[in-house]
Amino acid sequence: MGNIILEMKNIIKEFPNVRALDNVNLKVEEGEIHALVGENGAGKSTLMNVLSGVYPYGTYEGDIIYNGEVCQFHKIKDSEEKGIVIIHQELALVPQMSIGENMFLGNEKGKKNAIDWNETYKDADKYIKMVGLTESSHVLIKDIGTGKQQLVEIAKALAKHAKLLILDEPTSSLNETDSRALLDLMLEFKKQGMTMIIITHKLNEVVYVADKITVIRDGTTVETMDCKKDDIDEARIIKGMVGRELTDRFPKRHDVAIGDVNLEVQNWSVEHPIYEGRKVVDNVNFNVKKGEVVGIYGLMGAGRTELSMSIFGQSYGSNITGKLIVKGQEITLKSPRQAIDAGIAYVTESRKVNGLVLTNSIKINTSLANMKDVSEKSIIDADKEYAVAVEYKEKLKTKTPTVEQNVGNLSGGNQQKVLLSKWMFANPDILILDEPTRGIDVGAKYEIYCIINQLVADGKSVVMISSELPEVIGMSDRIYVMNEGKFITEMPASEATQENIMAAIIQSGKGE
Amino acid sequence: MKTVKFSEIVKKYTMVIALVLVVILFSITTQGKILYAQNINNLISQNGYVFVLAAGMLLCILTGGNIDLACGSVVCFTGGIGAVLMSNGVNCWIAVIVMLLVGALIGAWQGFWIAYIKVPPFITTLAGMYAFRGLSNVVLQGLAVGVSDTTFLNVFGGGADCYIPDFLGGGSINMLCVVAGIVIAALIAVVTFVSRGRARRNGYTVNPLPGVIIKTVIICAVIVWLFYKLAQYKGIPTVLIWIALVLLVYNYITQNTTMGRYLYAVGSNEKATTLSGIDSRKPYFFAYVNMGLMSGLAGILTTARAQGAQPTFGQGYEMDAIAACFIGGASAYGGEGSIFGVIIGAVLMGIINQGMSIMGIEANYQKVVKGLVLLISIIFDVLSNKKKN
Repeated sequence: MGNIILEMKNIIKEFPNVRALDNVNLKVEEGEIHALVGENGAGKSTLMNVLSGVYPYGTYEGDIIYNGEVCQFHKIKDSEEKGIVIIHQELALVPQMSIGENMFLGNEKGKKNAIDWNETYKDADKYIKMVGLTESSHVLIKDIGTGKQQLVEIAKALAKHAKLLILDEPTSSLNETDSRALLDLMLEFKKQGMTMIIITHKLNEVVYVADKITVIRDGTTVETMDCKKDDIDEARIIKGMVGRELTDRFPKRHDVAIGDVNLEVQNWSVEHPIYEGRKVVDNVNFNVKKGEVVGIYGLMGAGRTELSMSIFGQSYGSNITGKLIVKGQEITLKSPRQAIDAGIAYVTESRKVNGLVLTNSIKINTSLANMKDVSEKSIIDADKEYAVAVEYKEKLKTKTPTVEQNVGNLSGGNQQKVLLSKWMFANPDILILDEPTRGIDVGAKYEIYCIINQLVADGKSVVMISSELPEVIGMSDRIYVMNEGKFITEMPASEATQENIMAAIIQSGKGE
Repeated sequence: MKTVKFSEIVKKYTMVIALVLVVILFSITTQGKILYAQNINNLISQNGYVFVLAAGMLLCILTGGNIDLACGSVVCFTGGIGAVLMSNGVNCWIAVIVMLLVGALIGAWQGFWIAYIKVPPFITTLAGMYAFRGLSNVVLQGLAVGVSDTTFLNVFGGGADCYIPDFLGGGSINMLCVVAGIVIAALIAVVTFVSRGRARRNGYTVNPLPGVIIKTVIICAVIVWLFYKLAQYKGIPTVLIWIALVLLVYNYITQNTTMGRYLYAVGSNEKATTLSGIDSRKPYFFAYVNMGLMSGLAGILTTARAQGAQPTFGQGYEMDAIAACFIGGASAYGGEGSIFGVIIGAVLMGIINQGMSIMGIEANYQKVVKGLVLLISIIFDVLSNKKKN
């Protein structure tokens, strides 16, 4: 056993209505690369935010012991002073500033009121050489690619004299070559004695660089594997990640007749709206029939949301190509309005960000996508609107004293029901549900599943996007698996298991 | 339980309570002069433009805290056009229609850039502020142009006879004004209780009866008192009719129409609104066209009151309107605010102005106080938003 540089003991972190971390324990040895793996929402990023002081001391329970002393970080600066530096998944660089300026942003060289630019660029050049960049530190961030930007982030961390470097999904926006270069750089740093924690979804990367692997599932640490002692392969890691029991968490669907194809998508490709030429959705084909639940499984960043938003009236992306056939007729949808009129509803992934108007009432949210049915000549019929809201509140069993309640005051599960009310009232034939059960408790999940069953029993088609494997397997009739913008396989739910879906993803990752 | 309710009431009606306190304060410091009939009359006549502009401004602010800096200049520009037309013998109603039309067109011009080209409202309207100030000078050729058309002055609140004639013949007290006050108060009471009864029958949640009664009684009492005061002076100023009309119409638009709903929705969560199939550009455009129209109306009122137009008119009007909205509880982030709040905000500002004038406080210090009142109300908004999150 080497020297334990970091120990996190019995960490508990609670948010309103949800316990994000429940007794997490993590031990990191000096000079190792420690991988943190787990499904989306398992709590990996939350744990790292606790460690770096994003969530200050006092907002969580448990101890952080670093270099033998108990630490109380109140802000990010506190942890950085000790040499703990985190590189977030979303790059935190200012595009209009130069590499050098970015590297010392908030940490400027020279005196407080007189920045020493010579020193800044001299030091910047030194550190970017260490990460293998050949650019001058005067180059603007917006003029270099994402791969190089990621390296600048690392150089920035080095400039802060990092002893423990945390990388949150460092390769999520990189291509294969850049990813490999980054991982090799990590191995190089390890030789020089740096300790690193890497959070990633890409298991082949884990196997490539990690000395130890800690698995987090549903907010608790499940196990820590030692790659030197045990023979670790990807299948072994997957077992740890998804190894929960599958019991009767999904209501049965009885005798729902599956009819004709309602929606067919052919050769659908979408490019990133900013990075031209980067395909976010790549030649996707799928269909959904009347009375059918089709599951689309993929890890975060696989392109699922981008796919559905581009279908929903081109709400995302540029250079969208492909054919859309609704009920046997090819159509072009240029705006969400046209999509709604064509019978498509897109129940958004993030309730709070782009689903609901939180400061408004349940009533107002329920009618928002279909105002014309509660108004005449643009004048709102208050009675009718109220009646509609009450009808859906009762139908979906939304728990609230009145429909005049602001949506922001409801629990996640009830918010999700209001969101579903809104789209059911718009009376679509095809509903695309993007992560319909994210962040809500088990009981509410069951109710949402019942609503989905009712929808297909009424002859609607449901496309359910989810990154929870058990849910996809438990609820779907057919499953498509998506990875890096492509549909890699299709299978009936009866043949799907968690292992063979994950294996398909790994296979496609290797095929690159 | 009772105390909790009390604090909720205080929170909901903070600005109303502030208004009452300010009125009491000035009643004491001016030995009651601020409540003289003539002063109340002046309060309404002098601040007519604030109510009108603030109603338009509210729509802009609802879309996301956006403002229109140009409206003061547009007031001057439309007023200038009207004055020049009328001084050249054009019929006053034609002049009025032209002024409103020009206002709406300017609104459409600014709204187009803001809504469809996504030019930031601040910059678009800052440009308008300069441009229309310049054009005002061009139209007026740098001179003051007088208006003497008596119909125009009487109807839009200028000159000595801009009051509704008292055909009930009350003598020392304006009977028409008293009767109008009582009728309006009665109407409000009837409408309130009839709609509450209907709502209850349809199974709506209704506010508890005692609260509704207290609220209605207070509102009716204020209206009767206001009209009684006005009756002691010269009666109902015509400008009050225009103010009331604008406030009623915009209250209806914000509360009862789909477009009103979209204004709030865009301001609260534009992404969710767009993904609900609503063209989010339309509310922006609508808001700025209406702002332009109201600038036109304010131009009419200002020109009438001053019996003419001059190139310096309307300076700082945009700030008065913006301040009235924010003091009245409109959120600087958009999505929150109401015409009722605008009324409270405009009255509060008017009273502070007038109270300090009567007290003989120097104009420079009046501005300091106005600024502080605005800042405090915004701080309140920001802090209460913080607590929510």
